[in-house]
Amino acid sequence: MSANPANRSRLVDLGLRAYVVLAFAFVFAPIAASFVFSFNSDRFPSIPLGQMSLQWYQAVASDPLVWEGLRNTLGIGVIVGLVSTALGFGAAYTDFRFKFFGKQVYMALALLPPTIPVVIMGLAMLAYLSRIDLSGNALSVIIAHVVICAPFAMAIVRLRLSQMDADLEAAAWNLGASEWKAMAHVIVPFTLPAILGALFITMAVSFDEFAIAWFVSGLNETLPVKVLGFLQGQVSPRINAIGTFVFVLSMGLVIGAQVLLSQKSKE
Amino acid sequence: MRRMPSLYGLTFSLPLLAWQLLFFVFPLVFLVALSFWTVKNFTMQPGFDPVNWVTMFARPVFWQAYGTTLALATMAALVTSALALPCAYAVAFKLSPKGQRWAIFLMVIPFFTSYLVRVYSWQIFLSDAGIINVLLGRLGLGPFHLLNTVFATLVGYLTLCLPLVVLLQLFSLIFIDRTLIEAAHNLRCGRLRTVFEVVIPAGRVGLVIAALFAFILSFGDFVSPIYLGGGDPTTLSILITDTTKSGQQWPRAAVIALTMIATLMVVAFAAIRFAYKGRAK
Repeated sequence: MSANPANRSRLVDLGLRAYVVLAFAFVFAPIAASFVFSFNSDRFPSIPLGQMSLQWYQAVASDPLVWEGLRNTLGIGVIVGLVSTALGFGAAYTDFRFKFFGKQVYMALALLPPTIPVVIMGLAMLAYLSRIDLSGNALSVIIAHVVICAPFAMAIVRLRLSQMDADLEAAAWNLGASEWKAMAHVIVPFTLPAILGALFITMAVSFDEFAIAWFVSGLNETLPVKVLGFLQGQVSPRINAIGTFVFVLSMGLVIGAQVLLSQKSKE
Repeated sequence: MRRMPSLYGLTFSLPLLAWQLLFFVFPLVFLVALSFWTVKNFTMQPGFDPVNWVTMFARPVFWQAYGTTLALATMAALVTSALALPCAYAVAFKLSPKGQRWAIFLMVIPFFTSYLVRVYSWQIFLSDAGIINVLLGRLGLGPFHLLNTVFATLVGYLTLCLPLVVLLQLFSLIFIDRTLIEAAHNLRCGRLRTVFEVVIPAGRVGLVIAALFAFILSFGDFVSPIYLGGGDPTTLSILITDTTKSGQQWPRAAVIALTMIATLMVVAFAAIRFAYKGRAK
């Protein structure tokens, strides 16, 4: 092989490409398997596949606890999305527009929460919120989720603002617009795709978060916390049905966000 | 740009600051106070008693869990980095910009799928009568006991960390100055040697940060060690969930959590120093 360097390098390229395919196969194997086995009748899923069946979807759909979990998840997710996008937008604009003493600390607070392990956040939240009588309800999940979601919203909006000409806002002021008017007519329209994108992404993060929610939710369990319950109890292919449903929902949000965020290239 | 804080500016800056102080900083600070409280008759009593620290640090099970967690997280960081690197390298240097965009898009998808569902799915692959053993059985091999082993735990950690590590490595490799690599080739530096002596040092900061994230994620994860590893040997995160959920021993759980935070800070600090070592900027 060493006699022909071109040939050899083609072989290495081929090997690398095969490796990439393998890596993606590893990442997507559990996702694909969950999808396939959600339509499979066997109680203990394996191959060869049993019969095609919707029984797990039926089992899930007829479980009132699952519906309650779904309602909690959706309600909490929408509020978390709105609040964390508003907070994240404010922080992103602050970083874009202002310089002030202690800005590094401010930015650390705005970005650090997702790096703290969720068990630790969960415990700290549970202890603290129950101390101030806010634990064990949907509000406690909302509070905790906003803490970890706001940084994502902030990052998305900040990225969009960095594509904006900083003089644009100043030009609006020179033309007689107040700061508030400039915000409403220049900044918000320019960042609107990112705002909507952040809204969807933070909702998707909240939909899938189970650990902190498990600690603080009490009886108001969200759907992922229910899944954790299924995993702890009798493991059942119902998890696959819920997983597939949530996957489709989350992907809808993410693709929606992607479409909105990529609109910038058309301008 | 510096001006006095105005009502306008504060309207945008303050809400996040207030929220993160109230619900991020205060809970973590409260954790410190909590670790000195005592539990009597199943109720917590405020105080300043080091008893929880003494009790936990005197327990062999705590140190066993500490060692296990440290070893598992280190292994996860190294294995994930090693397995991710060829993939990130190939995407950064061998794919067209369009292929790269697709690769990034595909690697982002896992973040929006339920980690719990993926872990359950791995049970389907790894169990004694699972997919892998059935396939191996057709070749006349096995069955192998895969579930409830360290191997299965690592598969779980890999599921958790690989997409993020690939993306972080990819972003550090994409921005490497290509002329460096051409220069190495012109100087007759072999392919593999170029990778180890030019590409990896040039992307070191990103590679180390990626490994650090894998370490942090695995260090705090309690799902894989329980539902794939079988919960034995126990890890610190399992210990926290058990201590919190069974009974009112929150102060002891706080001790574990604070020990974990201290460890993570030391590791993060060491990793970042190592990443920037010799980079006078």
